[in-house]
Amino acid sequence: MDREEGCLLEIDDLSKTFKGLHAVENYHLRLSPGEILGIIGPNGAGKSTVFNLLTGHLRPTRGSIRFRGQDITRLPPDRIAALGIGRTFQNIRLFASMTVLENVVSARQLKERSGIIATLLSWPSFHRTEQRLASEATENLGLFGLADRAGKAATSLPYGDQRRLEIVRALALGPTLLLLDEPTAGMNNQESMFVLDLIRRIRDQYKLTIILVEHNMPLVMQLCERIQVLNYGQIIAEGTPEQVRADPKVVESYLGRAMEDSKDAEARNG
Amino acid sequence: MAMSTRLQRLIPPAVMIAALAAILGATDLVAGDYLQRIVIIIGINVILVASLNLSNGFTGVFSLGHVGFMAIGAYAASILTLPVHLKAVNLPDLPGWLQGVAMPFLPATLIAGLIAMLVAFAVGLSLMRLNGAYISVATLGFLVIVQVVLVNWDQFTRGARTFAGVPAYATIWNVWIWAALTVYVVWRIGASAFGRDMRAARDNEIAALSLGVSVIRSRLLAFCMSAFLTGVAGSLWAHFITSFSPKSFFFTQAFSIITMLVIGGLGSVSGSVIGVFLITVLSELLRNAERGFDIGALHLPPIYGASQILMAVLFVLVIVFKPAGLMGGREIDIRGILRRIGASRRGKGAA
Repeated sequence: MDREEGCLLEIDDLSKTFKGLHAVENYHLRLSPGEILGIIGPNGAGKSTVFNLLTGHLRPTRGSIRFRGQDITRLPPDRIAALGIGRTFQNIRLFASMTVLENVVSARQLKERSGIIATLLSWPSFHRTEQRLASEATENLGLFGLADRAGKAATSLPYGDQRRLEIVRALALGPTLLLLDEPTAGMNNQESMFVLDLIRRIRDQYKLTIILVEHNMPLVMQLCERIQVLNYGQIIAEGTPEQVRADPKVVESYLGRAMEDSKDAEARNG
Repeated sequence: MAMSTRLQRLIPPAVMIAALAAILGATDLVAGDYLQRIVIIIGINVILVASLNLSNGFTGVFSLGHVGFMAIGAYAASILTLPVHLKAVNLPDLPGWLQGVAMPFLPATLIAGLIAMLVAFAVGLSLMRLNGAYISVATLGFLVIVQVVLVNWDQFTRGARTFAGVPAYATIWNVWIWAALTVYVVWRIGASAFGRDMRAARDNEIAALSLGVSVIRSRLLAFCMSAFLTGVAGSLWAHFITSFSPKSFFFTQAFSIITMLVIGGLGSVSGSVIGVFLITVLSELLRNAERGFDIGALHLPPIYGASQILMAVLFVLVIVFKPAGLMGGREIDIRGILRRIGASRRGKGAA
């Protein structure tokens, strides 16, 4: 495959088969820095599988993934994260025994920590690092309006706040590429719009590239410059929101139904 | 008025060390032989349970085989400290370079800890990849393997026969210095980046991985540090009890440590200490009751195994009613307590 200059992420021919079931087939992507890409599709279309392949939680059956020119196809998830790909999860995965602040610190500390000797001897440098981690994490929380909850148990937060906390935590890793798996799942309209605004702000402030898996169509249409539509593990359409909306294949397989769903949801929430 | 934060940070540990030293000093001077022995046993158990907490509590790798590291520490240190004339009698088949060695207590204990740690590293490289019950079963298998090796490696261990004549080097002081050190290390690791990695991997492995935490490496770190301290405890115990055999380090001992850990609360260092005190003191009291005693005219017959029955019952009660243990994973807040004492004193002064 040819390599393009200036590409942040290059995925070619990516496939994953579970016992004969093609969860993802021939998935491909060229992503430029600063872009916000939306991936939509019905349940079971393979969206989360793409995320799991991309972050090393699943091994692809076939294909290649290059991130900033480096082949990451078979790297373990912790290495991929360290290279600068952060993610959130469809089902929230916070650290239950930790406070809100500790959850964020546990991500920040990857790049900023005292060695084992300084830690065991409680050297001043250890305390300075701990204090810096805490104050930077508080700053991160402040951006999302969560600073006053810093000392609370993470899982005691309301659902919407837990989702936001997961985004803060992923950001605290200092990633170049951020993968958001249904960041507004289970939120009402007002909360969703807050998250929409937030995603734009973090993109601009942190110079991030973002891939978004979402069911909330209005949100995706407003936020993303480019959208991929998956169905049965394959890309059935790709383009700007307008192009995708007009694509008869998309309307037939997914969009019509999803649009109705989201109208229903609006009616319920409104 | 405001003290520098660095000085303030030193107050709680200074107070704790002073209090501990006072208690130990009093025990050393005043208490009888029996009470002194109990204080030493408590100290050794604190090391065993607090270090087990590092692995089982912080990383959630629930090892049932830590007593294996205790055994390795006990045998390794005892072989090193056994006086030369006793080596000739008890361990005549030792290799020549070991025959003439009779080390002091501290280096022997350190070497014993290091050997336990190396074994933990070798075993852990593969075991730490397992999860949940699989790890527990595998560590139990490790304990059985250690047992078989001890029984069959006559040249070094005298096999199933009693290993006797170990010098009684353990004192209240050296045991409790190690105990204090262990509690400090476990607490410090717990409240550091390393401890957060361990807890993150325990709480949610997938999320931890996606934040760049190497789950295997952080488990291995906890397992190896824990094995080192457990090996040290083994050495201390060997030089306290002075004669033992492989079966001293088997299921009974493994169960006793785990009971103290679970009752105190997984993941809480102060919980470990509380669990040790509670169980050691209770089982000592019951050990006396096992002989049978009289209350007035009433004569109670001896109840053999009462202390073990009590441990088992307590274990079940805690698991049913307080599954997170007495401390529930939290710590006693020494700073908070000191602040409150300080505040009430100032309040009295003003009045």
